[in-house]
Amino acid sequence: MTARVAKWPGVELSAADLLEGKVTQTRFRPDAKYAWSAGEAISRFLEELQAGRLIARTCHRCERILFPPRMFCEECFRPTDAWTYIRDTGTIETYSVSYLDTDAKRISEPILVGVVSLDGASPKMGMMHYFGEMTKDEIRIGMRVRAVWRPAEERKGSVLDIRYFRPLREGER
Amino acid sequence: MRVGIIGVGLTAFRPSTPEYSWKELMFEAASRAYADAGVDPRADVGSFVTCAEDYYEGFGIFDEFVPDQLGAALRPTCTVSGDGLQGLANAFMQIQTGLIEVAVVEAHSKISDVLTPIGIIEHGLDPIWNKPLGFHPYVVAGLEAAAYLRATHTPTKALDAVVSKTRRNALRNPIAAYGAAVDMDHVAASEARFEPLRSLDISGPADGAVVLVLASDRAARRLHANPVWIRGVGWASDSPSLETRDWAGATYARLAAGMAYRLAKVRRPSSEIDVAEVDDRFSYKELQHLEALGLAKSGEAGKAALRGAYAADGRLPVNISGGSLGCGNVFEATGLHRAAEVALQLRGDAGSRQIDGAKVGVAQAWRFVPSATGAVAVLGAGP
Amino acid sequence: MRKVGVIGAGMTIFRRRLQETGKEMCFEATRMALDSAGLSIGDVDMVVNGTAPDAFDGVHMKGEYLLDGCGGYRKPYTRVFTGGGTGVFSTIAGWWHVASGLADVVLVVNEEKMSSCQPHPQSVFAHIWDPILDRPLKPNLVWIFAMEMNRYMTVYGIKKEDIARVAVKNKRNAVGHPCAQLADANITVDDVLKSEVMAWPVQRLDISPPSDGASAVVLASDDFIRRRRIKDRAWISGVGWCIDSTMWTDRDLVFPEYVARAAKMAYGMAKVRDPRREIDFAEPYDPFDYKELHHLEGLLLAKKGEAPTLTREGVTQRDGDLPVCPSGGLMGVGNPIAATMGMKIGELFWQLTGQAGKRQIPHEVRTGVSQAWGDLMQYGCVVVMRA
Ligand SMILES: [Zn+2]
Repeated sequence: MTARVAKWPGVELSAADLLEGKVTQTRFRPDAKYAWSAGEAISRFLEELQAGRLIARTCHRCERILFPPRMFCEECFRPTDAWTYIRDTGTIETYSVSYLDTDAKRISEPILVGVVSLDGASPKMGMMHYFGEMTKDEIRIGMRVRAVWRPAEERKGSVLDIRYFRPLREGER
Repeated sequence: MRVGIIGVGLTAFRPSTPEYSWKELMFEAASRAYADAGVDPRADVGSFVTCAEDYYEGFGIFDEFVPDQLGAALRPTCTVSGDGLQGLANAFMQIQTGLIEVAVVEAHSKISDVLTPIGIIEHGLDPIWNKPLGFHPYVVAGLEAAAYLRATHTPTKALDAVVSKTRRNALRNPIAAYGAAVDMDHVAASEARFEPLRSLDISGPADGAVVLVLASDRAARRLHANPVWIRGVGWASDSPSLETRDWAGATYARLAAGMAYRLAKVRRPSSEIDVAEVDDRFSYKELQHLEALGLAKSGEAGKAALRGAYAADGRLPVNISGGSLGCGNVFEATGLHRAAEVALQLRGDAGSRQIDGAKVGVAQAWRFVPSATGAVAVLGAGP
Repeated sequence: MRKVGVIGAGMTIFRRRLQETGKEMCFEATRMALDSAGLSIGDVDMVVNGTAPDAFDGVHMKGEYLLDGCGGYRKPYTRVFTGGGTGVFSTIAGWWHVASGLADVVLVVNEEKMSSCQPHPQSVFAHIWDPILDRPLKPNLVWIFAMEMNRYMTVYGIKKEDIARVAVKNKRNAVGHPCAQLADANITVDDVLKSEVMAWPVQRLDISPPSDGASAVVLASDDFIRRRRIKDRAWISGVGWCIDSTMWTDRDLVFPEYVARAAKMAYGMAKVRDPRREIDFAEPYDPFDYKELHHLEGLLLAKKGEAPTLTREGVTQRDGDLPVCPSGGLMGVGNPIAATMGMKIGELFWQLTGQAGKRQIPHEVRTGVSQAWGDLMQYGCVVVMRA
């Protein structure tokens, strides 16, 4: 049948068609604002970030240390059992060197971003964050890193209370 | 193949729930439903269906944020962008294919996380025809209320009776957010909003989650469950365009009911249905929906409401749960809440709201302003 | 279980910007699908719609808005949504509408009009991230692909040029596709490797950019197909779907376990025991070139880390032993998210019924698999179809 269809539907527009007003458009900006309740687990997580610590929840059945913390274990489908602090050091699981900002605009100074699995949590459990004090040529998967915290008075209870993760120095652990 | 509801889980409905995230709310309803059904979601459930709309949640793809709190991680799971009863219908079909034996349906509202709920609802209007006019989206309900009241010669007083009855019913439902001893005079005297609707004709928002566990008859037997049978489901849409839809008759509800009754082999709904839960997020909707469902003749629902026919001790108890006017508007969870209530009534587990001897019940919901979409489920008591 | 067949398919052209509204695009794709099946809208019992974030089209409850364009007026109509997975998932939902016995004929209509979102559809993707854990970092969607691609490349020692071969193959395959936005008969591996770096290791030609488009397929029961003596049909013999945990920073992104689970479910239903031998061709989801490789492994059509070798050896070319994305895929035809059903389900139907024209696989094919992927690196859905 596709071989028999002479003209496939659709009329292509160019950017110029829009700029020159050849087609009409209606504009609307939705009034959409949200304030999500963080819930029990993430509220505590954010409070601890403000205090300069990372906290996880343990599940006694599967014996995992869950980070970021949650009040229920998705594997066992039961409430988690206890709070436990984990360390602010970890390992780069993966990363990207981004020349794009949020809106896909080009930036000249690239952002180093990736996933860090954290020491003290179960294997592979971590968070997305930025990397600093390293160049795009130095960063690699498996690199050991440590959180660089904002000064206590600047922290707000946000993942941004950590500025970025930097390489672990010689002899540091 | 018969499909039954073997587990019911509800959280309390509250105007806001700042202490819980949406995940924790869903987890609570799911835990209750699994305990009620006696199932382990990690071992016994073949499919999970959630019912959600992105803009109500504030996400680009809400489906991402569903599995963990339902026990659905690494399991067949999907989002139906619809009312909970449409989700129920899809789970019902999955089981009917024979591929799935036990399915879970979830719907919830965390509308208190939305700072601009009216702005969101307005965003559902047609971008070319309607949004530029800049009207409050509940104007659509006002227009429809006016058309319905006029076409059916229903007196506004009938709306007073609906609100008074339903808010009082909610006093006997521990999950309800808006139970109150409201008199007809209070309703009549409440502030004008979207003529002919007044402030008390409009349900208030609520947070809450509802989870139902569905099973094939074979799986229900294996799990030693005591099912309420889903005898029929139906869903339908009228035109999305405000300019061309049927304003008076709730055609979507009539078509959906026709389909559900056909599957359920219900020929005379007004004599075969013992209990009804219909969408009343605006008071006139209860009457309009009763007529569309064939539970009252056109133009008769208002008169019957004034006679008390839909009260707990009336000819046909309607919205004994307290409806949306009394329990709160839980958005996409509305229909699933109503199916849960009918299931509890048919099981004899409705506490102080229990209707004696109910054998067949109907649950119906609409997808709220500005849609013309709705769904119906006919449930029957076991065995 | 009732047998369900695909009996018609249609799609619009895919372009950066189409003049048609979302409803009009749906209408065009739907009408083409109905025409190709020789049916009218009166023959359709129910309609399933698939479309991705509302914010692209700029309408809350987008499914309701599109419904008359999809032929859903005064019919049972439902929208399903599993992120990018919707491109295949809506057909799975359509399948259960028919297989359950509730419907004989179901229309499945997928749509995406990403150009409505200004200034760039990318801004919508900011809202797919966790509002507390991820969004404060102002993530760009490309990041997650870059992170997954980097992990995949590093763990298995895969070279970028082996990934670029996928982009080249698919953009060349798309030359035969009348709807293609990104076809290029002369593209080389070097072009891909020299294209602008967006978020390393992702470069511009590793990505299929945003697009407008719609597609539709018609599903029917075997009774109906027999009764109407419909000749052009391909049977849906297996379906599977699976979601992984929301906590994507707790998983190893190197292997899509959720795709493997969905594939096993579909193969189980279709009684496919040895997928590499029994599957004749595949349409895995390829919004980025490495994704095709990742998904071939998830579909158990290649061993872990070995999909690049199949590509390098030409096995996945249209005339190879396992043609992959003979349509041109998302990399070649375009990526109006849910509407990519036109290459995933549509192409399987066209190939299995010998209607693929210039894209027809030169040897006989009897079993095909299509797959889509979605949400935040967590959704897999799979359909197996047979001639
Ligand atoms: Zn556990």
